[in-house]
Amino acid sequence: MAAPASAPSAAPRGRSRTAPPRLRAPRRPRSRTRPRRSVLLTVLTGLVLLYSLVPLFWLAVNATKTQEGLLGSFGLWFAGDFALFDNIAQTLTYDDGVFVRWLLNTLLYVVLGAGGATFLAVLGGYALAKFDFPGRRAVFAVVIGAVAVPGTALAVPTFLMFSEMGLTNTPWAVIVPSLISPFGLYLMWVFATEAVPTELMEAARIDGASELHTFFRVSLPLLSPGIVTVLLFTMVATWNNYFLPLIMIKDPDWYPLTLGLNAWSAQAQSAGGEAVFHLVVTGSLLTIVPLIAAFLLLQRYWRSGLAAGGVKD
Amino acid sequence: MVKRNRRLLRGTAVLCVLALGAAACGSADDEQASEGSPADVEAALKKGGQLTVWAWEPTLKQVVADFEKKYPKVDVELVNAGTADDQYTALQNAVSAGDGVPDVAQIEYYALGQFAMSKSVADLAPYGADKLEEAYSPGPWSAVTANGGVHGLPMDSGPMALFYNKKVFDKHGIEVPETWDAYVDAARELKKADPNVRITADTGEAGFLTSLVWQAGGRPYTVDGTDVRIDFSDEGSKAVTATWQKLLDEDLLAPVKGWTDEWYKGLADGSIATLAAGAWMPANFESGVKGAAGDWRAAPLPQWEKGNTASAENGGSSLTVPAASGNKALAYAFTEYANAGDGVRARLAEGAFPATTEDLTSKKFLATEFDYFGGQKANEVFAESARNVADDWSYLPYQVYANSVFNDTVGKSYVSRQRLATGLEAWQRKSAEYGNDQGFSVNK
Amino acid sequence: MTALSPPGAAERPALLARRPRDRRRWAGWGFIGPFLAVFGLVFLAPIGYSLYLSLFRDQIIGGTTFVGLENYGDALADPQFWEGLGRVTAFLAVQVPVMLGIALLVALALDSGRLYGKGFFRISIFLPYAVPAVVATLMWGFLYSTRFGLVANIDDALGVTLPDPLSPDLALASIGNIVTWEFTGYNMLIFYSALRVVPQSLYEAAEIDGAGQLRVVRSIKLPAIRGALVIATIFSIIGSFQLFNEPSILQKLAPNAITTYFTPNLYTYELSFAGRQQNYAATVAIIMGLITMVIAYVVQLRGMRKDV
Repeated sequence: MAAPASAPSAAPRGRSRTAPPRLRAPRRPRSRTRPRRSVLLTVLTGLVLLYSLVPLFWLAVNATKTQEGLLGSFGLWFAGDFALFDNIAQTLTYDDGVFVRWLLNTLLYVVLGAGGATFLAVLGGYALAKFDFPGRRAVFAVVIGAVAVPGTALAVPTFLMFSEMGLTNTPWAVIVPSLISPFGLYLMWVFATEAVPTELMEAARIDGASELHTFFRVSLPLLSPGIVTVLLFTMVATWNNYFLPLIMIKDPDWYPLTLGLNAWSAQAQSAGGEAVFHLVVTGSLLTIVPLIAAFLLLQRYWRSGLAAGGVKD
Repeated sequence: MVKRNRRLLRGTAVLCVLALGAAACGSADDEQASEGSPADVEAALKKGGQLTVWAWEPTLKQVVADFEKKYPKVDVELVNAGTADDQYTALQNAVSAGDGVPDVAQIEYYALGQFAMSKSVADLAPYGADKLEEAYSPGPWSAVTANGGVHGLPMDSGPMALFYNKKVFDKHGIEVPETWDAYVDAARELKKADPNVRITADTGEAGFLTSLVWQAGGRPYTVDGTDVRIDFSDEGSKAVTATWQKLLDEDLLAPVKGWTDEWYKGLADGSIATLAAGAWMPANFESGVKGAAGDWRAAPLPQWEKGNTASAENGGSSLTVPAASGNKALAYAFTEYANAGDGVRARLAEGAFPATTEDLTSKKFLATEFDYFGGQKANEVFAESARNVADDWSYLPYQVYANSVFNDTVGKSYVSRQRLATGLEAWQRKSAEYGNDQGFSVNK
Repeated sequence: MTALSPPGAAERPALLARRPRDRRRWAGWGFIGPFLAVFGLVFLAPIGYSLYLSLFRDQIIGGTTFVGLENYGDALADPQFWEGLGRVTAFLAVQVPVMLGIALLVALALDSGRLYGKGFFRISIFLPYAVPAVVATLMWGFLYSTRFGLVANIDDALGVTLPDPLSPDLALASIGNIVTWEFTGYNMLIFYSALRVVPQSLYEAAEIDGAGQLRVVRSIKLPAIRGALVIATIFSIIGSFQLFNEPSILQKLAPNAITTYFTPNLYTYELSFAGRQQNYAATVAIIMGLITMVIAYVVQLRGMRKDV
């Protein structure tokens, strides 16, 4: 490690275009001495990469196998027959195409659940960052405290309450609990603190704008990178939500993908049930593909958003 | 009338939620439970209506279609609300909440006592179920009846048989064992002939072990109202633990958890050579172990004493009518259709194994040749087994819990030096503790 | 009780409130109101309900009776509860530092600009976070299998016999591995992003001082992202104490190694579902919540006060 102390290389490509102009964290200029790339460091980090990707490789490889191939061939390489497209077709049509229905349900839950969670977190984070209201200091303590209580024990009380309100076995039973993202609230708090200059808000107020108007016209645009960040985190959480739907939803027509895949997987475990491991594997692959696509598409926004979230000065 | 009861129920549910008298809530409409009569069932069918059925049994799909065709005024919604425990949890939650309770629910025999005890399921005797005793083989019938009530109708049964991979046995020139002692010998020979082969896979499963005890003549559970005895020290239990201890000590069991993909793999590639299971197993072989079609056969369960013909039930489930159902008469009509009427034939055609004596003895059924088993008339083996099941077995009224802690206690014997008998003692102790906590009088 | 406030934001809002106006004071509640309303419904109400439940006992025979604090006494004397708590504490002590350590090292490596193919690394290491639990069961079931899986293949290839990752002795470590796999990338990204915005002026000053690479890491980068480290630690502590998904997944494969009381959260699950002891489950959950809160609070205090 004899390399000269130097700043890291240029900021990620997308940032200059997407970072809000008033983000207070200064962008780092292209450093004068570009650090030498290190093969050793790349190899070492490569080990972590391998660790991350091997299980996913298993998934991709096994989605190309038939049921017999899946149960009868070496897991980390392809079997003789390449059945990926067959499997995809079967997954989408099995049991009258219920997989498509689950996919649409999941999209609904993600749009309303993750979208709503992001919206609430943005409003809440903004309030914590920019308003000194009575009880502000207690809010986050209460949130953290509540999050610390194990959720499994709360499932039955929540079920009974929701049942009283007539929410069980409806999409709302999944969407309403998804609306809360404590980590999202935290991120927005920090992000809003950094990204929205108080002077701008004051200026808007002096112009006679209402708080709501100030929020939508002045603050919201500045918060957009942070919003994308929180949206991605809540999306993943909602997309993979399993435990609560398991308790709340009994009608397979309202299952999200995770419950549906679990039901398929459980088929192999019941008398007379049809084992469909190959569909579970292919369905799993299809389940994570949209998430990966979302990451790749949004990662530039996301980087700049998170960046400010971690600012400490 | 139905409507008013519903509202009443809902009112009770609010109170229940306030006090969470979950068990008490389940019996909120006790008095109404005894109202039904066969005439009500007839009337309900004429009138029609809607039914929600919670079941994971795949063959019910056809039954529902046929039923709706026969009774166009009835609309049945078949919902797979989860398999086994998941569904019981859901049912329990719905009963506690007094809302969203299905009209018909599938419940395995071992779990039925629990729902009957808390009066979560209705007594079907008044609707005409009490006249069906002759229709069923003794094992399943005794499983759905207790304290003079009929808590469900048997849907299928699981008289046990020994499934074995003939190809593997032939290859190594080993005889199919007729006694459990011979089974242990066969296990040794198999392992010696091919170190990758084990006689069977077992990581400890409550249902399997209790079935073996049942076959061996052990009766560890006796239930008389709320008085319960648990005793795993009888001869039957001892015979089972002694034999299984040998298999464990000599590393003769594959440590593969049942029903996983790895297990299916082992059944397919010959590394798991036998499987003692209920007669419902062929359907699972056909869908999950396709690769080994033609290799497997069914044989009578090995005996604890040479020359005996004892057997036991393993698995199997009933259809029940939850006490909180809004249309119990119609629900019963469907249950009877599915489990004692035309539905049975439809389900047999799809590969289910019956609990009805008429079907178990029908020539056509017995003559069915299983392509999967190389053309063997396997139903003859299963039907013979069904006849030999002793019907005086009973489970605990909280067997779901007891089974859930089986691996906490007995499981240790499968992965450590703990003796199987010690594990069973711990299981017995834990089951007794729980029972006493729940207000039963266990081993007192 | 002082608020747990996010790092870096602690002092700021107080400053803006120099001239609080009534209208604006309450406008804050307007903005956070919707969040708190839903939060109250899906978190606080069930917790309140659980508190209430924890004072009762419900029996299959005998129904519901008020028992005061008896459940709390029982829980504190329950060896299964303590065993589970001990296990997650051990897990916390080992897995969290390892995971956050790897995440931090990868983040520093990415930030150093000395890697080939940085973008690929970043996204790939993050990917496991997107994999649903059902899928993870199948994958890890395969990888851990000593008969057909990766462990078996390694055994064959090297002529060794690796111990079974799902044996009682190794199950906790195997779970730790899965958790590390899932969340390293997630934490890495939080750290990396924090590193990206360390003010350039600090580096320039270090350069003038002639500080070496390691020195820059120690005295500039790490202090600069301390806030991110603390919050990642707090969320990891909560995650460890609530360990549920991974053991419950592996329990399906290795029920003898992973008992129903393996972690406190599994225990409450078993109690409230298989055991129908909702009241006792609520009690255990509340005790766990209190313990977790106290520890998270201590970490926050220590992490924030140690100024450099």
